[in-house]
Amino acid sequence: MPSARFNRPARLLHWVMAALILAMLLIGVGMVTSLSGYGALVALHRPLGILILVLALLRLVNRRLHPPPPLPADLPAWQRRAAQASHVALYGLMLAMPLVGWAMLSAARYPVALVGPVVLPPILPRSPMLYAGLRSLHTILAYALFGVILAHVGAALLHGLIRRDGVFASMAPWRPRRPGEG
Amino acid sequence: MALLNTLIGAPPGMPARTLLVRLAAIGAVLAGSAGTFAYVGGWLSPGALTPARVIDRFEEVNGPHPGFRRNHAKGLCVAGRFASNGAGARLSKAGLFADGRETPVEGRVALAGGQPYAADAEATVRSLALRFRLPDGEEWRTGMNNIPVFPVRTPEAFYEQLLAAKPDPATGKPDPERMRAFAAAHPESATAAAVIKARTITAGFADSTYWGLNAFRFVAADGSDRAVRWAVVPEGPAQTVPAARGDRNDLFDAFAATLAQGPRRWHLLVTVAGPGDPVADATRPWPAERESVDVGTLTLTGTAPEAAGNCRDINFDPLVLPDGIAPSDDPLLSARSAAYSRSFTRRSGEEKPPSAVAGAPSRGEVR
Repeated sequence: MPSARFNRPARLLHWVMAALILAMLLIGVGMVTSLSGYGALVALHRPLGILILVLALLRLVNRRLHPPPPLPADLPAWQRRAAQASHVALYGLMLAMPLVGWAMLSAARYPVALVGPVVLPPILPRSPMLYAGLRSLHTILAYALFGVILAHVGAALLHGLIRRDGVFASMAPWRPRRPGEG
Repeated sequence: MALLNTLIGAPPGMPARTLLVRLAAIGAVLAGSAGTFAYVGGWLSPGALTPARVIDRFEEVNGPHPGFRRNHAKGLCVAGRFASNGAGARLSKAGLFADGRETPVEGRVALAGGQPYAADAEATVRSLALRFRLPDGEEWRTGMNNIPVFPVRTPEAFYEQLLAAKPDPATGKPDPERMRAFAAAHPESATAAAVIKARTITAGFADSTYWGLNAFRFVAADGSDRAVRWAVVPEGPAQTVPAARGDRNDLFDAFAATLAQGPRRWHLLVTVAGPGDPVADATRPWPAERESVDVGTLTLTGTAPEAAGNCRDINFDPLVLPDGIAPSDDPLLSARSAAYSRSFTRRSGEEKPPSAVAGAPSRGEVR
């Protein structure tokens, strides 16, 4: 009998990563248009991105070991498919964004400095054209990730406030008051 | 309303009013999120000065030169090494200052301005950009100029000055009226311009002093933190090949010929700020009596024309720093980093025509 809720590590990872990813999207979109904040924000963006990559990998492992609770049986088939597709997109983008960022800095021969003297090795050979392509891809994927997150938040709130079918409660940081109530 | 309930899966008993209020709340959360994203991304403040607009202005003033740096467009790659004498280790924990440490350096000499084919001129600001490659992937990148102070204090003033100094097509010189208006609005720039004008202009790249201009912070192993500026000062009397006057690349060719005869050395001098010295204002010099520490010798051994994989493809971003060197609150630092990055991103995606400085490489290995 599968549990009605995500396990505690899954919930913890979800909410920590939700905060980190939203912060990263705002830092990213803000830093590229800011002259005064650029230096400090880029220095924050790199280590946060690598942290998100590590957490996303941990999350995949946990998901494999502890599969998520099933969706409600009465959920229309198209919503079920949309839920599956959006989660594939979320996981794909959570992993792709830091990897594209790391790869593009490698192609540009920027040191991927994290904290203190810690610098990650390059994962691509030096190539300006490759850098330019990956740099554009990084922006496009960021907008895509923001769009999928908005859809995810909208769907989660629909489950929690309107359908009240236990889907929101399965990931909520608090314990549901009554079974099946969001 | 029963239809609406069925459509979005609300329980049949949920009153229409509750349903609509909750739908509106969800809409508000999504709109608020999208609005925050748009606000932070600058879409709601189209008048703000951004890195893209700074680079747009370079392109507007200099015309389009795809593939080249938008500033310091004409340059030549150099290679060499930095030998630390240990005196810097007291000021900064960066590995390259350890006693006896030798760090490979690649770099670029260039002339300021966004014209990659301009003829060399003695009074044009010369620059030396360096990339120190420390062990374990750390790097120190710095761009320095042969002027003792920077002409502007803020990125906004820099942006205004670019346009004010744009040569009038009729005279080939900046409009004096606009230059006067700029100087009146920025008295610190007028003072800096006088200091810059009064500098000694040496024969060429090989005997120039290059100043780092912006202040940084040196952080030592004991945690102490000092505001510093640095410069590389040529060693000994200038044994340089004189520039062949009238040649379009005379300064670059003379420098390549000088290094072909033998290496040239500079001393890296680190000046520590005193109390009250202007750290966030690159237009103002620090008092001449400030302590300057000679931390080691920079030896440049060879030159090579810009090409794929060498200095051409490096962004000499002043905020690429090793642990032990940190930015100060000089507003130009972040702005330089942001604008260089934008210029680098644009030119990286463009076809790269050969540099105007395309002489045969001199001796010494240039990667």
